[in-house]
Amino acid sequence: MRRWISRTSSWPSGVTSDFPMKLTLKIWRQSEEKDSGRFETHRIDGVSEDSSFLEMLDQLNEQLLEEGVEPVAFDHDCREGICGMCSLTINGFAHGPENSTTTCQLHMRKFKDGDTITIEPFRARAFPVLRDLVVDRSAFDKIIQAGGFISVRTGSAPDGNALPIPKDESDQAMDAAACIGCGACVASCKNASAMLFTAAKAGHLNLLPQGKAEQEKRVLDMVSAMDNAGFGNCRNYGECSASCPKDISLDFIAKLNRDHAKAKLKKLFS
Amino acid sequence: MILDSKIPDGPISEKWDNHRFSSKLVNPANKRKYRIIVVGSGLAGGAAAATLGELGYNIDCFCYQDTPRRAHSIAAQGGINAAKNYQNDGDSIHRLFYDTVKGGDFRSREANVHRLAQVSVNIIDQCVAQGVPFAREYGGLLANRSFGGAQVSRTFYARGQTGQQLLIGAYSALSRQVATGQVKMHTRQEMLDLVTVDGHAKGIVTRNLANGEIKAWTADAVLLCTGGYGNVYYLSTNAVGCNVTAAYRAYRRGAGFANPCYTQIHPTCIPVSGDHQSKLTLMSESLRNDGRVWVPRDERDCPKNPNDITEEARDYYLERKYPSFGNLAPRDISSRSAKEACDDGRGVGPGGRGVYLDFSDAISRLGEDTIRERYGNLFQMYERITGENAYQRPMRIYPAIHYTMGGLWVDYNLMTTVPGCFALGEANFSDHGANRLGASALMQGLSDGYFVIPNTIGNYMAGTGGGSVSPDGPEAKEVLDSVRQRVDQLTSCEGRRSSRSYHKQLGQIMWEYAGMARNEVGLKKAIGEIQNLREDFQKNLHVPGSGDNLNAELERAGRVRDFLDFGELLCRDALERNESCGGHFREEHQTEDGEAKRDDENFAHAAVWEFKGEGEIPERHVEEMDFENVKLAVRSYK
Repeated sequence: MRRWISRTSSWPSGVTSDFPMKLTLKIWRQSEEKDSGRFETHRIDGVSEDSSFLEMLDQLNEQLLEEGVEPVAFDHDCREGICGMCSLTINGFAHGPENSTTTCQLHMRKFKDGDTITIEPFRARAFPVLRDLVVDRSAFDKIIQAGGFISVRTGSAPDGNALPIPKDESDQAMDAAACIGCGACVASCKNASAMLFTAAKAGHLNLLPQGKAEQEKRVLDMVSAMDNAGFGNCRNYGECSASCPKDISLDFIAKLNRDHAKAKLKKLFS
Repeated sequence: MILDSKIPDGPISEKWDNHRFSSKLVNPANKRKYRIIVVGSGLAGGAAAATLGELGYNIDCFCYQDTPRRAHSIAAQGGINAAKNYQNDGDSIHRLFYDTVKGGDFRSREANVHRLAQVSVNIIDQCVAQGVPFAREYGGLLANRSFGGAQVSRTFYARGQTGQQLLIGAYSALSRQVATGQVKMHTRQEMLDLVTVDGHAKGIVTRNLANGEIKAWTADAVLLCTGGYGNVYYLSTNAVGCNVTAAYRAYRRGAGFANPCYTQIHPTCIPVSGDHQSKLTLMSESLRNDGRVWVPRDERDCPKNPNDITEEARDYYLERKYPSFGNLAPRDISSRSAKEACDDGRGVGPGGRGVYLDFSDAISRLGEDTIRERYGNLFQMYERITGENAYQRPMRIYPAIHYTMGGLWVDYNLMTTVPGCFALGEANFSDHGANRLGASALMQGLSDGYFVIPNTIGNYMAGTGGGSVSPDGPEAKEVLDSVRQRVDQLTSCEGRRSSRSYHKQLGQIMWEYAGMARNEVGLKKAIGEIQNLREDFQKNLHVPGSGDNLNAELERAGRVRDFLDFGELLCRDALERNESCGGHFREEHQTEDGEAKRDDENFAHAAVWEFKGEGEIPERHVEEMDFENVKLAVRSYK
């Protein structure tokens, strides 16, 4: 067999798209929380249909730098649809028009040459805008700190197989646990309710036998933390689940309502 | 620089027990007098902060994301290994230890690896108790699968989202401590330097990414759980924000940096589609169980529709070269073979940098539904990114930087050469040698965080190390001033080029000369090019806006500045390591048929670099790796 010597390992460079797009972007600009904010219009040319929505914004920012305009601030990190850091309301939809997709996984081939795209931050009273498209979602952390855990000290756990858990229960818990905490549910709800997030997080733990001991306290504390954080009430519109990039089901909201009512009643009579 | 590994005495299986018994304890009432800084909130950092908080220490935990639950551990797909032997298939702690040492191509520290294998079983118990929804059998017990490089089924998993679920477990434990006030969480904060007092780590300086505030924090010890440096290549499977700054700054303050040239290149990633590319996406290695890798035999066939290329005109090169492992050959070997095929001009897709991963055989054998059941989410992800349907047309894949085995040198207690400064998880160097096996990264992060550091930090705290200084003291102030100056330099540079353009160019150099194959001429050339690029960066960089508010360009410029230094260190290490091992392939050292050739005589050691000052050549030290329990052997997958 042949020994080999490297020729080049370069990435393709100078590869341009066969169908570059021209777009008009109406983007929300806001210098800080107290600023009232406004839309700014920018034109961008030569966008590849293979680039992701965030890569299109990268390209815009490089262009703005050359024009001497401050780039647009937006949140992002893993860019593979799992960390939940990216956000954006695109043409009125949280994470854009494609179902079951985060903004980082939305690709430009879903748009057409000549389109005008409106880009806003996730809007909710509990998510104040920090800058441009960046919002503060720390209210979600407050809900978890109130009870989104099983109290188990490191080192005190029994053997992993000591407690058999029926597969369908475990699978259902996993369906809830798939939530990435991005906040699309809140942004798409006209009441800015965090019910789907809270229900997914509480449901994941309440469905498992390990989580049963603290179930009542958990649901009461998490729901009151949710209310205190300034989220609105749930009216079962279902926009949350429709916009959820991980397809978290409305059934978990029903379960949380049930668990909450039970816990409240029990508290009342005890 | 003194490299005392502090490996405990006794037979390998008793070292950890002996060490725990002989380690100093901090009594519960005294723990609350101590403060510990934890930088990073992934599996290592989140687990460490939660567990040390439970023990009663006061913790300040920092992350650059908006919440600790977003650290890049979250993206791990496949699973986590543990020597539970639930399958009764011959697994044991010793076998996991053996596989990991061999898989690391005999360049890791035996004692650390054995400890990792020992505590692996506790990790699974802990995670189950926290509510991690691992996959289960119909009888309700935990399911396992096999994974690259192992002949037993020891991998635990939660669909294709194991990292996410383990991180949510650590994050929930952390949140519980935040609620009690034992842990203070500082989000959107980036560590920019380490504060040392009389050579001991006593604090850090951070920049608040939301409002620009630069601040010093002090404590009795500092834990760096800041991940790897894969983004020195610009394009990698890391999150876009991952960076080397915390570890690199610790290196500049005296922490030895071990084996920076050990980088892992994952064979199955979606290829680069053009100049707009900002990151690469991994397609789980499990696809190789049913997919067959090929390229056209004749380069003239490359532009053709793959379905029009006849069976005879295809080269299933992995099956041809490695008949016994075939498409399941280990990561480093599969990656190099893909590069070889593309170098030969037979690559497919944009720029000719891609190979086919073909499921048509599996689909005709098992039916499309079975394939959809097994890999549906991956096929969907592939379709989102490429716009192609992999049920009808072979996937295109290409290797990409995925993980970095090198990191800050640590002793058996996970302490760096700066007393009081510890490194956990991917940020340290100790457990994976020159190549990491699949499903081992999650294991190591959680092992370090949940089970190792809570036992070993007492040696420092109860020893001579404890004691804190004021954040207003002269040492902290000096570091604070130097960070301010660095930030000012970046914002005041009046050039024309964006930090991204430098990062891209650095990535091109690194990938070209220090990627899947390296040689002396190329590495020397890379060092020169990086130096020139750095000089240009200092003159021509343009960062808009100021340092007093949220400024993503400034954040990136700071990270790229450190990558420019670090890239040179990586190349220097690759140049000095005059052998091939694991992920480090030197073209000068290969067998007749193109396989990696180790040089145990001269290189069975960790190379540890000591910073000698700005513009000075760093000094290379070595820690010999002794193999008393696993016999040095050639890794063969023929």
